[in-house]
Amino acid sequence: MAQYLPIIYAVLALGGLGILFGIVLGLADKKFAVEVDERVSAVRAAVAGANCGACGYAGCDAYAAAVVRGDAKANACTPGGAKTVKAIAAIMGVSAEALEPMVARVRCQGTCERVTTRYEYSGVPSCRAVSGIAGGPNACEFGCVGYGECLSVCAFGAISMVDGIAVIDDDVCTGCGMCVDICPRNIIAMLPKDQTVVVMCRNEATGKRAVLQCKTACVGCKRCEKACDSESIKVVKGVAVIDETTCTRCGACIPVCPMHCIVNFYERNMEDVALVTAQAELNDIEIP
Amino acid sequence: MNPIVKILLFMFSCVLTNNYIFSRFLGCCPFLGVSNKVETAFGMGIAVTFVMALASLFTYFVYYYVLIPLNLAYLNTIAFILVIASLVQVVEMFLKKSAPSLYGALGIYLPLITTNCAVLGVTILNITEGYNLLYSVLNGTFGALGFLLAIVLMAGVRERLETAKIAPALKGFPISLVIAGLMSIAFLGFSNMFAGVM
Repeated sequence: MAQYLPIIYAVLALGGLGILFGIVLGLADKKFAVEVDERVSAVRAAVAGANCGACGYAGCDAYAAAVVRGDAKANACTPGGAKTVKAIAAIMGVSAEALEPMVARVRCQGTCERVTTRYEYSGVPSCRAVSGIAGGPNACEFGCVGYGECLSVCAFGAISMVDGIAVIDDDVCTGCGMCVDICPRNIIAMLPKDQTVVVMCRNEATGKRAVLQCKTACVGCKRCEKACDSESIKVVKGVAVIDETTCTRCGACIPVCPMHCIVNFYERNMEDVALVTAQAELNDIEIP
Repeated sequence: MNPIVKILLFMFSCVLTNNYIFSRFLGCCPFLGVSNKVETAFGMGIAVTFVMALASLFTYFVYYYVLIPLNLAYLNTIAFILVIASLVQVVEMFLKKSAPSLYGALGIYLPLITTNCAVLGVTILNITEGYNLLYSVLNGTFGALGFLLAIVLMAGVRERLETAKIAPALKGFPISLVIAGLMSIAFLGFSNMFAGVM
């Protein structure tokens, strides 16, 4: 028995010290308890809790605190999805309708047959590499180059390449924004899911030059500006841009666009668009 | 020698000649990690001072009244870590309550005081040097004030570096290490300061 005494002493001594410090810490915790807004812990419980940082804050705790402070929107937790948005909206007393989730949208329709090709590229199959070489093989220096860099960073498999253009599946997209960051052409944007009217072009060239580059390029004719009642669509640097905060989604700009680059995202039919575009070209559309 | 003079000399030697960072090279992690701004560096220094002083006090009792009577002196490292970790927890709670901005600024470095080797270094040195209670606490307190001095000096230098013209290869961490080395050499000048009187 005697030979075990040092071990027993060691266990008792360290265990005793541990328990003693534990009790002291427990008392200190009571004494120094910080009153936390109970909504913070409620929001913290409602979010996905992955500490992914997709909301732009350093972890779920920081995001929950920011929501309660009023600095962050309730719909920033993308992994949590609609359920989380509703839960946070209920806690914070805001309506869930105003919290439409964001999705990534590819704003380009320059498929292989519509865009003019300047040279054959056979190097590294990377959007960023090809964009750096004489503006890319496509005549349009603003559109999708089609090497699918966005596809490779999408953790959810929401992106596919169709006819040389990235296409994002709205139902699968979680709005994490990885593709927005990787796209060297800046043609993928985060837009509210209910923003049905989208300008599907980023081409800053105007008039004939734009048409020569791509058959569905925005020519900057400003017809959409005149058709818009809420002054939400403006031609900036030769390309129409919709302000989605004031846009009423009425779609008045869609039929007036001679190049058919403004579309209703859910009703567009790629073949129709191509047909009408070709027709407009034959009719020698007015180009300022 | 007059005991009061002796204590004063001991205090000064803790801060200058035996500086934990510049002559013993302990606690370099927070020294480089939290020395971006003078304000947070000062906060970190104060937190470390508090922990080191109390750790010296408590480990003295733990060592001489628990470990030695039970013949468990070989457990001093683990027992001291226990004391230090608990103290850091208390400091963390205290700061969260009374100085939330400092708590936020120190961030991850606050719980990392637990693994600040200068704190464990002080407590172990107290034992190996055979200091009594008074000298242990003085060693802890003034050793930590040496740390505070070093980290605040470093933060002051680094704040000026922000606007200085530095070769791109040296920007940021490399130049900080170079400065730490130069400061260490400068502190070497104190090394024989009290040799004649002590």
